[in-house]
Amino acid sequence: MSRLSSLVQKEFQEFRRDKKMRAIVVVAPIMQILVLGYAANMDVKDVPMAVYDQDHSSESRDLARAFVASGSFLVAAAPESAEAVDQELSSGRAEIAVVVPPGFGAALRGRGSPSLQLLVDGSRANTAAVGMAYAASVANDFSLRFAPGSLRIALPVEARTRIWYNPELKSRAFMIPGVFALLLMVITIILTSLAIVKEKESGTLEQLIVTPLRKAELIAGKLAPFVLVSLILICLALAACALFFGIVPRGSILLLFVLSLALVFSTLGIGLLVSTLAKTQQQAMMFSIFFFMFPMMILSGFVFPIANMPAPIRAFTYLMPLRYYMIIVRGIFLKGSGIGLLWKQLWPLLAIGVAVVSFSIARFRKQLE
Amino acid sequence: MDAIAVEGLVKRFGTFVAVDGISFAVPEGSVFGLLGANGAGKSTAIRMLCGLLEPSSGRASVAGIDVAADPEGVKRSIGYMSQRFSLYEDLTVIENIRFFAGLYAISRRKVETEAERVLALIGLAGREGSLAGELPGGFKQRLALGCALLHAPKVLFLDEPTAGVDPLARRRFWDIIYEVADSGSTVLVTTHYLDEAEYCATVTLMHAGRIVAKGSPAGLKAERFPGAMLEVDCDRPAEAIAALAADGRIEEASLFGSRLHAALAPGLGDREDAEETVRAALAAAGFAVRSVERIPPSLEDVFIRVISESAKGGPL
Ligand SMILES: Nc1ncnc2c1ncn2[C@@H]1O[C@H](COP(=O)(O)OP(=O)(O)OP(=O)(O)O)[C@@H](O)[C@H]1O
Ligand SMILES: [Mg+2]
Repeated sequence: MSRLSSLVQKEFQEFRRDKKMRAIVVVAPIMQILVLGYAANMDVKDVPMAVYDQDHSSESRDLARAFVASGSFLVAAAPESAEAVDQELSSGRAEIAVVVPPGFGAALRGRGSPSLQLLVDGSRANTAAVGMAYAASVANDFSLRFAPGSLRIALPVEARTRIWYNPELKSRAFMIPGVFALLLMVITIILTSLAIVKEKESGTLEQLIVTPLRKAELIAGKLAPFVLVSLILICLALAACALFFGIVPRGSILLLFVLSLALVFSTLGIGLLVSTLAKTQQQAMMFSIFFFMFPMMILSGFVFPIANMPAPIRAFTYLMPLRYYMIIVRGIFLKGSGIGLLWKQLWPLLAIGVAVVSFSIARFRKQLE
Repeated sequence: MDAIAVEGLVKRFGTFVAVDGISFAVPEGSVFGLLGANGAGKSTAIRMLCGLLEPSSGRASVAGIDVAADPEGVKRSIGYMSQRFSLYEDLTVIENIRFFAGLYAISRRKVETEAERVLALIGLAGREGSLAGELPGGFKQRLALGCALLHAPKVLFLDEPTAGVDPLARRRFWDIIYEVADSGSTVLVTTHYLDEAEYCATVTLMHAGRIVAKGSPAGLKAERFPGAMLEVDCDRPAEAIAALAADGRIEEASLFGSRLHAALAPGLGDREDAEETVRAALAAAGFAVRSVERIPPSLEDVFIRVISESAKGGPL
């Protein structure tokens, strides 16, 4: 039997008997999708809204009704002054306010360009951004009733980027692919680094490196099983997305699998790198979390939009494999993007993978320190 | 040809010198014991010989292969059992054996016959399906030995293979070591147990990274204790040591359990003479003596003497 296949077979034999590992691989993806998916619920529903109607036209009243009819907003107050609007927002009775300026109705009927002012409580960043986007889209739809295609209500707010990729205006649909990407990164990094460091800790690595097993065989044998494990992870996570939230990728699932392997290539490399740095499993966890997982989570566009980052930090995001994968996953899930659009993300992802893997292989020694 | 040849081998960890210029040779087919207290540098020395650690300086060859120049070549010709039990506890006995057979690229056809041979040798036939982690200590050690023997290595390194194992299991283990040596392999074994050292053709004592004594067990005893050695059972043995040491004819006295061992100067070889000398010395100092018996010196006696001499800066 070849040395490599012996090693791979051993990994699976150990895996079969290791309850903790099995739990991580099977339970973690489902739990994370479920918990983070619910937590990521930023759906806008019945958000209390204040409408300051300075126009008092039938159009302005229809607009207010359109907000309510969307199901996203409730008209909670009808202030009659700018001060009163502030008062409603700061007291929390309203989370968003619409100011309909005089002449709104007339403008809609074709005499000038209609405009609206949206106000939100900036301290609630999430509601602010998402609520603003929802309100803007309701207002847009409303304007289209009057002059389809040509006329739009000018909004002095910039909140449209999100809607573009998320036509149903469901924030969960937008967040879940991100959770999916995060999950794949976290679990593959942790599992690979732990798998090697565990052998260091238990002394079996010393027994392994005293055999004629080649360095390349040792690394390949330790990493290969995790390619399969990551495929299982993806299946489970996809199933969880579909079952719990009814979210299925619009694009090709096959493409999603193939491009996911590109991410896994780089995360396995990171796991290997961590295992060359750490002596104990605890250290491996710390290194993984602080040096890789945390920065990637912050700098991948999962939490904060990359476009909003200061330039030096934005430059740094180009080093994060997850940045590219995040775009890939969101593209396939939300827009049904094909490889033609995504290959621009694929090649940097592969390049980083090759760099990380070669660096870790160079660092890995078939000797003790 | 020597199976292992070591010359001026040094290992430094930073400024700390763990192995400080050791030299020795082990003839093919013999059992060589490396002894020493905790931290003496035994494991470090073995790891260098196995190609696991790069020597800081000096030379060593194992089975004719230079360990610094070709560590991977060395790995092919040796078996190694590390100080900690380091098999896969979640794998069964036979799975561990098949795994290591695979690593040594033993052909599929030969694996089962080799496994059977080794299982019979280590006495684990019939326990193939037990998880390695659930075996009793002595069995675990034998399994580890078996895994190191699958590819019939020319040289076998065993680092404290019997640590923490009961005396019967230790005996059993040594029987296997002898069988391996009889079949032509060379065995280098480290141990804390000095009674085990008696089983070795040659023993080497390491202390603080250096070799402080070397030779066959019998040779070392004759060299270090040319005079007689007596075991004394008396009152207040701890205090009696001083009384014995004050007597010029008694070279050394030390406590062994509740008894004393007294080494006499050469020349007092005659049985009655020697016993009388000790009785007289103790009686003069007022200690009641229950028995005095002549015993052969043990390696423990030898090593206590060697270590105390080297601590005093005496001859090594
Ligand atoms: N990787 C290392 N880095 C630094 N110091 C080390 C390293 N390995 C061993 N040492 C030190 O070298 C000395 C010799 O260690 P070694 O393990 O060789 O002793 P030993 O004779 O095998 O002892 P024991 O009976 O406890 O196994 C010890 O003081 C140990 O702390
Ligand atoms: Mg040791």
